[in-house]
Amino acid sequence: MAGKTLYDKLWDAHLVRQDPDGTALIYIDRHLVHEVTSPQAFEGLRMAGRKPWRIDSVVATADHNVPTDPQESEIKDPVSREQVVTLDANIRAFGALAYFPYRDPRQGIVHVIGPETGAVLPGMTVVCGDSHTSTHGAFACLAHGIGTSEVEHVLATQCLVAKKSKNMRIWVDGALPEGVTAKDLILAIIGKIGTAGGTGHAIEFAGPAVAALSMEGRMTLCNMAIEAGARVGMVAADEKTIDYFADKPFAPKGALWEQAVAYWRTLTSDDDAHFDQEIHLDGRTLVPMVTWGTNPEQVTTIDSVVPDPESFSDPVKRAAAKRALEYMGLTPGTKISEIAVDQVFIGSCTNSRIEDLREAARVVQKLGRGKAENVKRVLVVPGSGQVKAQAEAEGLDRIFRAAGFEWRAPGCSMCLGMNPDQLQPGERCASTSNRNFEGRQGPGGRTHLVSPAMAAAAAIFGHFVDVRSL
Amino acid sequence: MMQPFTVHEGIVAPLDRANVDTDAIIPKQFLKSVRRSGFGPYLFDEWRYLDRGEPGMDCSQRPKNPDFVLNQPRYAGATILLARENFGCGSSREHAPWALVDYGFRAIIAPSFADIFYNNSFKNGLLLITLPAETVDQLFAECAATPGYRLKIDLAQQTVTKPDGSSLRFAIDPFRKECLLNGWDEIGLTLRYASEIRAFEARYRERYPFYFVKG
Ligand code: SF4
Repeated sequence: MAGKTLYDKLWDAHLVRQDPDGTALIYIDRHLVHEVTSPQAFEGLRMAGRKPWRIDSVVATADHNVPTDPQESEIKDPVSREQVVTLDANIRAFGALAYFPYRDPRQGIVHVIGPETGAVLPGMTVVCGDSHTSTHGAFACLAHGIGTSEVEHVLATQCLVAKKSKNMRIWVDGALPEGVTAKDLILAIIGKIGTAGGTGHAIEFAGPAVAALSMEGRMTLCNMAIEAGARVGMVAADEKTIDYFADKPFAPKGALWEQAVAYWRTLTSDDDAHFDQEIHLDGRTLVPMVTWGTNPEQVTTIDSVVPDPESFSDPVKRAAAKRALEYMGLTPGTKISEIAVDQVFIGSCTNSRIEDLREAARVVQKLGRGKAENVKRVLVVPGSGQVKAQAEAEGLDRIFRAAGFEWRAPGCSMCLGMNPDQLQPGERCASTSNRNFEGRQGPGGRTHLVSPAMAAAAAIFGHFVDVRSL
Repeated sequence: MMQPFTVHEGIVAPLDRANVDTDAIIPKQFLKSVRRSGFGPYLFDEWRYLDRGEPGMDCSQRPKNPDFVLNQPRYAGATILLARENFGCGSSREHAPWALVDYGFRAIIAPSFADIFYNNSFKNGLLLITLPAETVDQLFAECAATPGYRLKIDLAQQTVTKPDGSSLRFAIDPFRKECLLNGWDEIGLTLRYASEIRAFEARYRERYPFYFVKG
């Protein structure tokens, strides 16, 4: 019998029951809750007179709607405020293992605070009413994004109705060159397999280049698995994974810690495990990436040009490229390094952790000057209160401020512009977030996805530059 | 949260339009709500009122459109909606069945329904009955001719009984029927396995106690 993949192991460990047609009930360890997708779920519970199955599985925070302007004393938008106030009331009424409300020193983006507090641990099943829940796969978790009716279902039953996905492994050889990051790697992967390349699969990222990544880098990788069409992205556990949790508040202590570690060491794919699909990349050949279109697959390297739609043989892709270039206001053949930006956004659950901020600050410090004249605004939005405090302790905020960047309070911010942080129509943004969809950062806004270092360099030069050349 | 549907008798309101879309059922300005209840007063908002509806408005104060069917006194308290083909087309918003149920409708009879709306309705305890177009025509005619026209729906028997005592049979997927009869929504279905889940959880907790740390 063939061995098991990491995904197989996680699935088996949580399988409550399975019908002959493959429909299964999967036990959920951790339920992350935020203000946008939870109100109707709590209301549904209330209307049905149901109680949450295991309220100590819930960890909640307000992130999507909250203002990140430290000066703003209250949430002005009435709809945003109502969602945040409703979350407060629901958690007060039902309870939670932990709640980090708006203005709490530990509040932040749900996918940043989960692991950072140890509320998410290796081997867990993790769900959240948010597609980027795949982020937690970096810790060898089985992590799914779910819809509002599923949020209610998990609250009421501690289970998710699911069918098993196929196994895909993306193996990255070699080491990433200087200046090439996890963000560039995942953009290169999506460029290669496409936004539907992972559909129906759970992706395991593996190989020497992945093993060499920090936990933050692995989170960036898994965060965007969903952009490759896979609901689940994962990296096997290793000593780095285990060390990450050593001092986290919700991590087990003493004998329980020892027991946990022994189990976590088994969270890898067996050598003889079978994958339905395998993809290979050579990390040594990778280059910093920049998206030019309106989905993450429309991406190229910093040293190349905006592609000609006619160069796509697939008619659907050709039409999509044509439309995207029109929306993005770009002409085929333009050098990527000649594209000027109006705004820069460093943040989001893809790239708002301490390592990302250090990477951006390093570039700013190295260049030793402020943002370019043509760049109207540079937002640096830490992923959580803890990241913010750490960055301030290291003096990163001063480096950013000195360069004319705005240092903000934690939240989703201009990743989706549900709060006041938005692009104006036609404005072009170098963004470390994960989606370059039309209007995502504000109606008519134009988004180019890049790494934190590339974003910081674009802020200083006013256009994209190859960070390898700095 | 689903109310079981067994036998229901009620007043019929005829909505004589084809292709009623979900935006007409509940306009988009109401989707920002944090609730799934409370949509009833805004059901068919643009047709029902003469002013433009906004979330939070007190609808009892708003000017009503006297021509709209639900505003006519003879259809007050209607719980069965008679509709035309392709009812519920357009966006996938679950707010549409939420609004119909919140208003008080328990069933809709039409020649055909849009797919996603069909699924969403059953999830929310709203019985959709598909009958041939000629039969629906006949019901429209009888309803117009008879003030206080009522129908009796028996889900177990799969019949709609008219005031004269004659019955129409309708077809329904056996699984959906069972769910409605028992008031099972998806959560209800999963909770049938509650003891299995509990047993699993006990074993799981013993094996992986470190996932139950309270911090
Ligand atoms: S940062 Fe962006 S992608 Fe991440 S959870 Fe917030 S809105 Fe979603």
